[in-house]
Amino acid sequence: MLALILEQSLNGLQYGLMLFLLAAGLTLVFGIMDLINLAHGSLYMIGAFLAAAFSHYFQNFFVVLVLAIAATALLGAVLEKVLYQHLRRMTHLSQVLATFALILIANESMTMVFGAQPVMIGMPESLSGSVSLLGDELQYPVYRLLIIAVGIAVAIGLYVLVNKTRLGMWIRAGASNPTMAATMGIRIKPLFTFVFALGAALCALAGALLGPLLAVSTGMGESILIPAFEVIVIGGIGSMRGAFVGALLVGMIDTLGRLVMTSAFKFFAVSGAATLGATLASMLVSLLMVGILFFRPRGLFPARG
Amino acid sequence: MAPRLIPAHRPETPLTAGLPGPWTAIAIAIVLAAYPLLMRELGEDFYITLGSRVLILALAASALNLALGYGGMISLGHAAFLGAGAYTVAALAGQGINSAWIAVPAAVAIAGLAAFLVGAVSLRTKGVYFIMITLAFAQLFYYLAVSLPVFGGDDGLQLTERSNVPGIKLENDLAFYYFVLFTAGLAFVLLYRLVSSRFGRALLAIRENERRVAAVGYPVFRLKLMAFTLSGGLAGLAGALLANLSMGVTPHTLAWQQSGLLMVMVVIGGSGYFWGGITGAAIFLLLEEAVSTHTEHWNLVLGVLLLIIVMVAPNGVMSLRERVISQFRRKSTQ
Amino acid sequence: MNPILHVEHLVKRFGGLVATNDCSLEVASGEIHALIGPNGAGKTTLLAQLSGELASNSGRILFQGRDVTRLPVDKRVAAGMTRSYQITTLFSKLTVRENLAVAVQARTGRFFDVFGTVAGDSDIEDGAAQAAESVGLLDMMERVVGTLSHGKQRALELGMALACKPKLLLLDEPMAGTDPEESQRMGDLIHALRGEHTVILVEHDMDAVFRLADRVSVLVAGHVIATGAPEAIRANPEVVKAYLGDEEDEKEAA
Repeated sequence: MLALILEQSLNGLQYGLMLFLLAAGLTLVFGIMDLINLAHGSLYMIGAFLAAAFSHYFQNFFVVLVLAIAATALLGAVLEKVLYQHLRRMTHLSQVLATFALILIANESMTMVFGAQPVMIGMPESLSGSVSLLGDELQYPVYRLLIIAVGIAVAIGLYVLVNKTRLGMWIRAGASNPTMAATMGIRIKPLFTFVFALGAALCALAGALLGPLLAVSTGMGESILIPAFEVIVIGGIGSMRGAFVGALLVGMIDTLGRLVMTSAFKFFAVSGAATLGATLASMLVSLLMVGILFFRPRGLFPARG
Repeated sequence: MAPRLIPAHRPETPLTAGLPGPWTAIAIAIVLAAYPLLMRELGEDFYITLGSRVLILALAASALNLALGYGGMISLGHAAFLGAGAYTVAALAGQGINSAWIAVPAAVAIAGLAAFLVGAVSLRTKGVYFIMITLAFAQLFYYLAVSLPVFGGDDGLQLTERSNVPGIKLENDLAFYYFVLFTAGLAFVLLYRLVSSRFGRALLAIRENERRVAAVGYPVFRLKLMAFTLSGGLAGLAGALLANLSMGVTPHTLAWQQSGLLMVMVVIGGSGYFWGGITGAAIFLLLEEAVSTHTEHWNLVLGVLLLIIVMVAPNGVMSLRERVISQFRRKSTQ
Repeated sequence: MNPILHVEHLVKRFGGLVATNDCSLEVASGEIHALIGPNGAGKTTLLAQLSGELASNSGRILFQGRDVTRLPVDKRVAAGMTRSYQITTLFSKLTVRENLAVAVQARTGRFFDVFGTVAGDSDIEDGAAQAAESVGLLDMMERVVGTLSHGKQRALELGMALACKPKLLLLDEPMAGTDPEESQRMGDLIHALRGEHTVILVEHDMDAVFRLADRVSVLVAGHVIATGAPEAIRANPEVVKAYLGDEEDEKEAA
């Protein structure tokens, strides 16, 4: 029993940290640029596909990771300069449509290059083992522990960046009041490009890391997009701290909720307990978001004054 | 229909652009009525079914146009109401209730109720939060459709026969087309009444400047909620027709990407213009048909086209017509 | 005095900031009551609480003897209180006629009326023409608002509030950004309102204030420190110190 709970808690932590990687980029783009980017999930997907491609040429997993991240960050920067900087000045409706268009283009492009079947990334040998926890009760995959470690490291890194550096100060200023920040002399355009590229890099990291665990397919972007949006609404748009807390909250509720619901359904011999449990857990998260919007419309840690 | 009471010297503004002229409506009605007969003559029966599909989606897009184009509410969850209508018809059929007199109004009522509940919560938020909360609600409905066994899970629900209208066999594609045309026509007459009324003008004003509308004493929240509910109900009507067309419904109908496509149709046609929904749906579906025969990468083409439209003509095809007309007028006065 | 508006111990907090600090005020029926104060004194915040756009933390607002503190905006307009905005809030893509028609339509109720055609409704058209005339815009009815000069837009801003046939007008810096000629005209318009309407006028233009106001209240840090006739206020040492004094220091420094 304890082993099951520990296992699911660790899974929840892992999911939450990966969600944080996406949410962090999304909340910054949203907060600073006031831009709805539905294509954020597509960057995650592209990162995963690039990792899959690179893994054919390079054996070293670390190299594959770095290349995938760099390539996606570059793509992000290019997209920002070519498209997003114009979108910033348009209505939300236009942003929704344009980024929706990008999803269509990205999905179809990946299908054209990689085919319609999901692509597998081989897990590196050295990381494919398990570790014993709780005595010998639980065998937990090393790889997942690695993901947790990377997630925590990135969270610390982002914390330092945003709170302890000058660049971070500019980002926070931009998130809380972009017009004021511009008048105070902060060079907004390069800052936006950087923030966007950073978001893309984080997405790619998550995508490349999760690649060996899940299959890489078109549509993986969409399935993580809505939870990511829910996270930043719960946490507060523009707030890094909010994204972190929100992501962990959502990750835990989704995973542990799934456990609780599925067990309950199994106990009452409901057919299709597993799917029902999973979807109801997701609904719980949606309901949480709706609830938060009702009582704290700006989220748990609003960035805007 | 009442004649346009707007004298020639008044400039065209968003208020007047939202209204149709009666002659256009009559012309369209004649074309649509003659269309399937022409197709039958040419031996292209497939196009009759396509025509039904266009009409149904035109209705769905126009329903969204009411909320989005007229009311300014960017709802990324309207597919949920479309789906609610479709599932109602399919679920009732599963219980042996096939009569169109029951199934269709039930679909409208259920979809309208869903829209009322979603709107009551969502409309308390604004801007990006509203967009996202509609997205979240759409997901909620999707999860319900996928997970509850009564809705058939991933496979959805099948119809063994089309809804029962006394005296007409809807299994006949031609008869079905006219049924759809008739129903959609009624819906458009209703829409026309709506947008020409005090309610309609208040809605347009809300889109133009919500703060000012509140400041002169309109109960803005209730007006938006009413528009959202009506919009959902109309989408439900389209859903009922869609279930009949496809002989069933799957959860795919409720996917948020479907809401995105509806939005695309509205914007292509022209958000806030009366004929925007129809124009958009027609252009979209015909383009899809045409492109799909040459390549399986229609989504790519659509994506690129959409990007171009957003950058070049964000107000849709109908707005281009305006730009062309005003260019014309400028040239003639010079 | 016959007070049409009683503001009693109004308080409004934004987190740690107290924007409206135990503010009390009485406005007599038919008068033009100016509200002045240094920047950041909370004049617009007070106005927003009076119009109903902002909910107060505590205190009461009595309009014609009736407690309207918790009343939403649309009910207050129906009761007879309307507001104009410091930043022009009009339908800039619509014509003057259409702008005023929207306001007049609200006055005549029937919000959820989905039957009947609104275009050409003579009640609304007449009401719009009437409102346009009262602010001198009758010859500009078909002009798209976005093409009007700033002064004319400010006049329409006033016209929108008037179209609701209110008893109390809350005017937030109606002369903001207008040139001397436009400002003079706006002043005349406001002056003509006295008697039939009551006006609370928030303004920075001191000449206009002292020309138009029957009484003046001075708001400092969210609290009314003095109320009285313009000359009395001008001479009040506390007011001079808190407000006009700053201006004189600036003039000396310039």
